[in-house]
Amino acid sequence: MLHHLSQHLATARLPSSGRAIIENVSRRSFLRGTVSGVGLTLALQFVPFKSAGAFETYPTGGLDMPHGIVTDPNVFVSIAPDGTVTIVAHRSEMGTGARTSLPMVIADELEADWSKVKIVQAPGDEPKYGNQDTDGSRSMRHHIQACRQMGASVRQMLRQAAAKEWGVDVAEVKAINHEVMHEGSGKKAGYGDLATAAMALPVPKFEELSFKPEGEFRYIGKGNVSIYDLHDITTGKAVYGADVHVPGMKFAVIARPPVVGGKVKSVDDSAAKAVAGVEQIVQLEGANLGSKFAPLGGVAVIGKNTYAAIAGRDALKIEWDDGAHAVYNTEKYNQEMSATAKQPGKVVRNLGDPDGAFASAAKVVSAEYHQAHMAHVSMEPPAALAHVNGDKVEVWAPVQSPFGTREDVAKMMNVPIENVTVHVTLLGGGFGRKSKCDFVLEAAALSKQVGAPVLVQWTREDDIQHGYYHTTSTEHIEAALDASNKVVGWRHRSVAPSIMTTFAPDDGQQAGFELGMGLVDMPFEIANVRCENGKAMAHARIGWFRSVSNIPRAFAVQSFVAELAQELGKDQKDFLLELIGTDRVIDKQAAGLPDDYWNYGEPYDQYPIDTARLRGVVELAAKEAGWGKELPKGEGMGIAVHRSFVTYVASVVRVQVGDDGTVRVPEVHTAVDCGFAANPERIRSQMEGAAVMGMTLAMLSGITFDQGQVQQSNFNDYDMVRADNFPVNVMVHIVPHPFEVHASGVGEPGVPPFAPALYNAIFNATGKRIRSMPLGEQLKA
Amino acid sequence: MISLRVNGEDRQFDGDPNMPLLWYLRDEVQLTGSKFGCGVGLCGACTVHIGGEAIRSCTTVMADVADKEVTTIEGLSPSGDHPVQVAWRELNVPQCGFCQAGQIMQAAGLLNQKKSPSDAEIYEAMAGNICRCGCYQRIVAAVRQAATGA
Repeated sequence: MLHHLSQHLATARLPSSGRAIIENVSRRSFLRGTVSGVGLTLALQFVPFKSAGAFETYPTGGLDMPHGIVTDPNVFVSIAPDGTVTIVAHRSEMGTGARTSLPMVIADELEADWSKVKIVQAPGDEPKYGNQDTDGSRSMRHHIQACRQMGASVRQMLRQAAAKEWGVDVAEVKAINHEVMHEGSGKKAGYGDLATAAMALPVPKFEELSFKPEGEFRYIGKGNVSIYDLHDITTGKAVYGADVHVPGMKFAVIARPPVVGGKVKSVDDSAAKAVAGVEQIVQLEGANLGSKFAPLGGVAVIGKNTYAAIAGRDALKIEWDDGAHAVYNTEKYNQEMSATAKQPGKVVRNLGDPDGAFASAAKVVSAEYHQAHMAHVSMEPPAALAHVNGDKVEVWAPVQSPFGTREDVAKMMNVPIENVTVHVTLLGGGFGRKSKCDFVLEAAALSKQVGAPVLVQWTREDDIQHGYYHTTSTEHIEAALDASNKVVGWRHRSVAPSIMTTFAPDDGQQAGFELGMGLVDMPFEIANVRCENGKAMAHARIGWFRSVSNIPRAFAVQSFVAELAQELGKDQKDFLLELIGTDRVIDKQAAGLPDDYWNYGEPYDQYPIDTARLRGVVELAAKEAGWGKELPKGEGMGIAVHRSFVTYVASVVRVQVGDDGTVRVPEVHTAVDCGFAANPERIRSQMEGAAVMGMTLAMLSGITFDQGQVQQSNFNDYDMVRADNFPVNVMVHIVPHPFEVHASGVGEPGVPPFAPALYNAIFNATGKRIRSMPLGEQLKA
Repeated sequence: MISLRVNGEDRQFDGDPNMPLLWYLRDEVQLTGSKFGCGVGLCGACTVHIGGEAIRSCTTVMADVADKEVTTIEGLSPSGDHPVQVAWRELNVPQCGFCQAGQIMQAAGLLNQKKSPSDAEIYEAMAGNICRCGCYQRIVAAVRQAATGA
């Protein structure tokens, strides 16, 4: 999910690999839009634009993303003579609703009738469309302003075209619900009638635009628009990665090295070749850690259908040379991380005199939390179709980063980027896995070798055993209490292998963006704070996973708060609010946050840490849940709050723990403050889903390694929450805001608070404190 | 030679009788609505009907469907308006959508067996179908709604 930002922040550590990063992409692409002047100004100092009855523009991290933000409506909107408005979706659809919600914003400002809107998916082309990297909960946050601007631009152009045709003042012409009308004469024209003339007009400057007052929105903020693909999804017509068929295509599966960096020592493919339908067996070069998205290599079996390819692979006899990472053993590694966490690490935030505070403390409370590796396991395993034809490459794939994929394919195939086309299908879930295009590179490499279009299908076993894993971590927290039981010192050590090891040589330290996810941005009003990072070397491909380092951090910090409350005999919620302290916008410098605190790539003055909003969601979730009410025996409520992706989320989870240790979750109250809520319906669905994924992560998800190999393989040993035990009633409470409170992230921030809220509830139900994630059998011991 | 009917159409298959129905449907007939999720009958993404009963097409081989009537999501309703599909749309169930064909076929199979299932029966019947996006709350509500309208 943090593809470009991770690279951006780690530029110094990145040699030539990876995307052309921040230096040569800059804000220039923003100049392509109609607010040319703004782009330049922004680079120095952002001067907001105002327009009549409009919103004031504000800068976002979107301007710093590769290829920035494009605001040219001619790129995104076209109108057919029959009135059909076609809007380009340039972000990938993996379940968040981005493919619907951004065009919906354009349509609303355009006064288009949604039933006459058609959406087409952009291929990977960032110079044309602006940044397409669908991760980091950024789609709405970065593009809502541009979408409003483009919609308003086209509406204005339609009015101008009508005014010209009718010979009247444009001020007397209105555009309402797919129709332009002149008040005085009663003249009317449909959008289709005016389209040709309107779209030939110059695009108005931002200052000339009039935006709709919020009260006149039809779709924005309403939640009355269903996802565009709803009918296709319910009738089996929706197209995902493996659903594209082209003439002459072959089907491939690959036997990959069981240990990352491993190589084929020898292969006996005689039995595989004898399998009916197997056509070719091809060896692929592989790469070790630090090679970005380069494939793992191995032996590919190409067949006339997927069944033949799988059966052929089953018949391969391969001897592997495992290489250096065969040392990876989870049990041993956990012990090492725990030992590291007990020692001082690299200081990444310091405030006041933490050593003094701990030395003079009346009491010190400490705890250590461990979180296992996890795998994304989108329901659609990675799959991609590639067709290499001479020096041209055409790809159909479910990718979160279509242009990044195109760049990587061009580089690997050694062809100009103009020769590569990346068509984006729907994604059957992404969660960060499909930002990594290794599976597309495999398909391209195989298509070239085979001389035909090749669909590479990952099986579920491949997905679980050869992924880019969510990091494993040990979080050690200590609090110094004075004689009056006030928390006067806070020390938090984080030890976890870094995502950066996927891109660059491993120095054992986490990158700034990882430290910025719940470690250095700890928001409590405590006078003396030290955050440290201990070394941990990677022995598996580590990748961003929905919510990333916020998962272990929210788990540790929010569990520790509850432990402290218990120690002090205080109510968890009251004590949480006490630690949050006074309502304030945290002053980064005064709070000792690092100078390069990344803030999810957003300008800090626009998206600061606001403790009033943090408190607000705690109080809202607690109130709605009836916090403090009497519960039957065996039941408990737990609370947790976390700010991530510049959004504030609090969850109150209610559990029932059976005598046999079975955990059930009858009710969850999630309060979310994501600024202006552009599509409340999809915000709710994201929060409902985050509770389910949160419960899966909290209870079931643990990837373990022995001799460098993943020990899990399919849903039998890496299971998900299912319909017979899921958070039954998830109630989502959205804090209402006007447009001027910037829309923030939604896809990820629902996940982090769930596990600690669940564990705190389990403690309140049973008295048992969970410090190792996932729960697994801990209540059954 | 295996004869079968798929969505009302007669078909012949002369390949490996051990080939899972899923791959026949997807790769040979190009009915790609049924999805590959696990290959071992643990996730339900590949669910289709045989004679109106929900089964996993990834673990049902071609020999098992000889002379059988197979219905996929594409054939559940000619207009796409089976009560389960309608309920799914009214409640905006899907997120990414990948598992939903299997969920819908499972739910339709349940309602073929039982017109008004209890919540416990819905939970049990749907427990073999994983949704990683986490749409269960709406899935259960949509099955309930389809049952009352069915």
